[in-house]
Amino acid sequence: MVGKNKGAGHLSFTRKKVDFTERVLFRVNNPSITRKGLPVKPIIEGRGLRKEFGTLKAVDGITFSVMPGEVFGFLGPNGAGKTTTMKMIECVAPATSGILTVFGLDVNRDPRRIKRWLGVVPQETNLDPDFTTLENLLVYARYFGIPAAEARQRSEELLSFVQLSEKRDVPIEKLSGGMKRRLILARALVNSPRLLVLDEPTIGLDPQARHLMWEKLKTLQAAGNTIVLTTHYLEEAERLCNRLVIMDHGKILVEGAPGDLVRQYAGEDVIEADYTPRVVRCLEEIGARFEVHGDMVQVFSDRPKEVATRLLSDCNPGRVFVRRGSLEDVFLSLTGRALRD
Amino acid sequence: MHIMIPRPTWYAWKVWRRNWDVFFKTYRVNFLPPFVEPVLYLLAIGYGLGIFVGEIEGIPYVHYIAPALLAISMMNSSFFECTYSSFVRMYYQKTFDAMISTPLSIEDVIAGELLWGATRSLIYATAMLVVLVAFGVVSLPSSLLVIPFSFLAGLLFSGIAMCFTAITPGIDTLNYPAFLFITPMFLFSGTFFPLSVLPEALQVFAIGVLPLAQVVTVTRSLTLATPLPFFFYSLAWIASCATVFFFLSIYLMKKRLVV
Ligand SMILES: Nc1ncnc2c1ncn2[C@@H]1O[C@H](COP(=O)(O)OP(=O)(O)OP(=O)(O)O)[C@@H](O)[C@H]1O
Ligand SMILES: [Mg+2]
Repeated sequence: MVGKNKGAGHLSFTRKKVDFTERVLFRVNNPSITRKGLPVKPIIEGRGLRKEFGTLKAVDGITFSVMPGEVFGFLGPNGAGKTTTMKMIECVAPATSGILTVFGLDVNRDPRRIKRWLGVVPQETNLDPDFTTLENLLVYARYFGIPAAEARQRSEELLSFVQLSEKRDVPIEKLSGGMKRRLILARALVNSPRLLVLDEPTIGLDPQARHLMWEKLKTLQAAGNTIVLTTHYLEEAERLCNRLVIMDHGKILVEGAPGDLVRQYAGEDVIEADYTPRVVRCLEEIGARFEVHGDMVQVFSDRPKEVATRLLSDCNPGRVFVRRGSLEDVFLSLTGRALRD
Repeated sequence: MHIMIPRPTWYAWKVWRRNWDVFFKTYRVNFLPPFVEPVLYLLAIGYGLGIFVGEIEGIPYVHYIAPALLAISMMNSSFFECTYSSFVRMYYQKTFDAMISTPLSIEDVIAGELLWGATRSLIYATAMLVVLVAFGVVSLPSSLLVIPFSFLAGLLFSGIAMCFTAITPGIDTLNYPAFLFITPMFLFSGTFFPLSVLPEALQVFAIGVLPLAQVVTVTRSLTLATPLPFFFYSLAWIASCATVFFFLSIYLMKKRLVV
């Protein structure tokens, strides 16, 4: 399979000598169709991917594919297996079984070539505390074999990209948590990667820094990068991801575009009302799908006005809100509300 | 189980270079010990104690302990680098995690650490040699061979150290090899008194398996410019054990870190 269709740019990863700088070939807006209309090979493909720690099934047979140029999200409660999946993609943790290819290359056989074109933001910050901000980028660039002069120029550019130029000569310990996060993003870009793997890139960022990060990620996507990310901020996932999966207990529960998932699992609109026996009786009569959360009932319906009117006129509901359905509704209804330990 | 021989590559030098850069960022702190320590030992033990000891096997006592000071310095600089320092980089700083997200493999990373440990041994031994030459207690030019030899000896102790690092549950348990292995070796390897005064069983044990005893033998042969008995045995012992521990430690580290 791999190696045919040499006309399509992304396949060039399978050839020995390729011009990796031809980033243009990666600018594929429609995830599944090239400009010529040929089907596109995924940048990442996982089939029946499994990872066990002793008896614990951290990742339990997941199948997914990430297309060139898209932002693909992995969502799920704590311990769902997101980080484990990221580490397998990064070629740092071997899968127990299943198939995983990145750029069409097997992660077990070609880790070095894959990692050359990968930009990684780990969940746990691992900047080098023995160096300053700028030195962190320079030293990291050296691991990729980037010549010193080029590394210096690129590092300075990246520092200004993440707005840390002022901190260039500051030791790592003197950076705030959010600054460290931004520096890690800069570090992930030092090798001009094709694919970014971001494990909770916005963890611990203030709203300003988060917006900055979103803007940067959009810029990177527009430049043709493929991005895989995990996040617990569902609004963020809704904004950034072209497609996403929701995982729980090592399995993928659903996959799709955020908008589609919301429509499918939460409806366009969600009605919330005070939880009283009378309201519940009314809803049962209407035959609406609803869930009780504490002192509120949440009603999912594609006829929100009708339901709300009915509630207001017949059931004495106290308060009624109608709001747009969100990914959070999908997430909570699929993974439940119980806290994960 | 199928045991793979680890295959580190030239990428290891990038890891080595990282440690080199950090070392020279703080060189003022790092360079003081190798100059101060031998002076203190030479004065206190060599000249102080030496008055009472006089000569050992026909050699003035200061000349007798000078090579031992070199050997101990090779051992300490590389052993402590690849135990405590490597452990801090691995466990607390997550430096290895960051490195293996780049084209470096875990084999490269550990090999780089080992080569760095060996380099530290070379740096410290060389600095100390300068002092010993200034005091006129080592012969030239044969003592210059201590410089390349210190790299090999450093590689040996780095490999042994890295094996401990690979199996230690936490940083505190690294105190066990430090106190139960390094300290006794420091005293009973023909460093400050000849092995011949020990009970025969201990002599055989020391010359048979104690790494520092081998390193002392070779170093003393070089600084006195006369090959001592067991010179070639010790040299071969060091070379082969350095090789074994180099690969073994990489293998154990890989087992620990790739999960
Ligand atoms: N090195 C390890 N050894 C043993 N178990 C592990 C290891 N790493 C992860 N696990 C387990 O695997 C499961 C999945 O963990 P993972 O880190 O992938 O979750 P996650 O989805 O990233 O969670 P979070 O949102 O909290 O980051 C958890 O039950 C975790 O305890
Ligand atoms: Mg995680």
